[in-house]
Amino acid sequence: MDRSGLERIALNEWRIPPTGPMRVPAVIFADEALIDGMDNKVAEQISNVASLPGIVEAAYAMPDAHWGYGFPIGGVAAFDAEKDGIVCAGGVGFDISCGVRTLLTGVTRGDIEPVKLDLAESLFRQIPAGVGSRGKLDLDPAAMDAMLLGGARWAIDQGYGDAEDLDRVEENGVVPGALAEAVSEKAKTRQRREMGTLGSGNHYLEVQEVIEVADPVAAASFGLRLGEIVVSIHCGSRGLGHQIATDYQREMAVAMPQLGIVVPDLDLACAPIRSDLGARYLGAMRAAINCALANRQILTHLTRRVFGHYFPSAKLELLFDVSHNTCKEETHRIGGRTRRLFVHRKGATRAFGPGHIELPLALRNVGQPVFIGGSMGTRSAIMAGTQDAEEHAFASACHGAGRQLSRHQALKQWHGRQVVDDLANAGIIIRSPSSRGVAEEAPGAYKDIGAVVEATHRAGLARKVVMLAPVVCIKG
Amino acid sequence: MTEGCALQFPHGADIGVRGSGDTREAAFAQAAAALAASVVEPDSISPTEMVSITCSAPNDRLLLYDWLNAVIYEMAVRRMAFSRFEVSLRDQTLEGRAWGETIDPARHAPVVEPKGATMTELKVEQSPDGSWIAQCIVDV
Repeated sequence: MDRSGLERIALNEWRIPPTGPMRVPAVIFADEALIDGMDNKVAEQISNVASLPGIVEAAYAMPDAHWGYGFPIGGVAAFDAEKDGIVCAGGVGFDISCGVRTLLTGVTRGDIEPVKLDLAESLFRQIPAGVGSRGKLDLDPAAMDAMLLGGARWAIDQGYGDAEDLDRVEENGVVPGALAEAVSEKAKTRQRREMGTLGSGNHYLEVQEVIEVADPVAAASFGLRLGEIVVSIHCGSRGLGHQIATDYQREMAVAMPQLGIVVPDLDLACAPIRSDLGARYLGAMRAAINCALANRQILTHLTRRVFGHYFPSAKLELLFDVSHNTCKEETHRIGGRTRRLFVHRKGATRAFGPGHIELPLALRNVGQPVFIGGSMGTRSAIMAGTQDAEEHAFASACHGAGRQLSRHQALKQWHGRQVVDDLANAGIIIRSPSSRGVAEEAPGAYKDIGAVVEATHRAGLARKVVMLAPVVCIKG
Repeated sequence: MTEGCALQFPHGADIGVRGSGDTREAAFAQAAAALAASVVEPDSISPTEMVSITCSAPNDRLLLYDWLNAVIYEMAVRRMAFSRFEVSLRDQTLEGRAWGETIDPARHAPVVEPKGATMTELKVEQSPDGSWIAQCIVDV
């Protein structure tokens, strides 16, 4: 990124002053190497976000930010309904409530090693993954609506998991305010056979080892111990979320002239929060969040069944479930005043600090777990919300390593079979229905997650707790 | 067979799809072919089943957005991969036909699931030489 338009306001914080239609500044969190490696489009896109009606404080880009559509991936912005604030479908993204949940197994790397290959095969057979895969559920219209309103709680009522899981999911597994009637029939049809499926692209189920403990107190509170195994599941609301985003993006783009809204990029098409269209989108988007929570709950159940075969005493307790493509109504203190804001996080994780009332009691003294996914060959991280989370980007942090090469560039550099063999030689078992998909997701296509985690830690967005190394990865 | 050219262009984590041809219809058809090729290698698909798609929009750009999203929808709900497309346009209504078959993961090794066509880099334009391009970024 060209630094000429940036003011460095802290070691890991860069400010773009408001010019032209920008209503507030834009702020990018990154160290020097990350800022130099970012595409100029990130600055352009986050500046565009800063021009949207009703935006509060600033538009923020996380250390893993990269060029997206409308919002950059890694973009955060909050809007005040009382100040003509808007809701933006492109500010949430197509994969609504895509997120990560991590399960604690209590087994060690030594326990896993003798059964690693069999475990990988079993997970690959039992977890529907890849393009065109289907789950065992076939939802009729009544069941679909119940799922859209019930989220993870609905999944547990169907026998997928335990009631105590709900305490470890944002909003206790069910987002209020979902409107099943605001979800199109096309979206429901697309989802009918996709419950309990992982998807494709960068979605994965990964068996990981805790290889470094940076904060022993927080790690102990999270139940994370050096050398032990966790399972992380990364996926979202599947076809339902994709179709809701498509439907409302179009409707907002067409409606904007009548609504008197002008945006610099059609992928920032939006509607006032206090409008019929805005309310319907929020209702549909919340239904998609519930769908994602139900989906990850079903995948949790399938994972537990497989692990139970190899490790009967392993319960796979849920550490936490976080979503990183959402718009949530939250309370924040701005300029000494409490305000209700609609916080858009697109490729960014909520990161409430210690003491936050919405955290489960068992985690409240530590802060919210924040999961940073790496690539299938490199490390991932678990971080925690900071004491002064509220002072940074509405208590938000990054969500992944972020790509440094496009899918095209990756395909030119790697072959899927070779990636799988190389990782096997390094002790990492990859199972995927697509060799080309593996090449597109090759570890070298992603940024150095260590740099992203360090910048996040130093900027005070979240603090480092543990690092994880992949052992088995099921790629969609 | 629709004449023209289908290609993909890089866009960070996503994929750009571009169709070009002597007519607007050819460019729309080839944009869909570029989209379909991002999922499955076209040579591996037997075009044995035909699906009809109709959409309307107030302008060319929204029509391309709707057309590509309709193709994505049909691929998703029918579990199909497509290798050939034909498009006819009358005013702002598109009548399209897509040929392909049900995805067989073992044989087709599908790569990635398109989530939706976006409005980024969304263009339907005629060049001075009379040829057309139709393109946008697809979220995958």
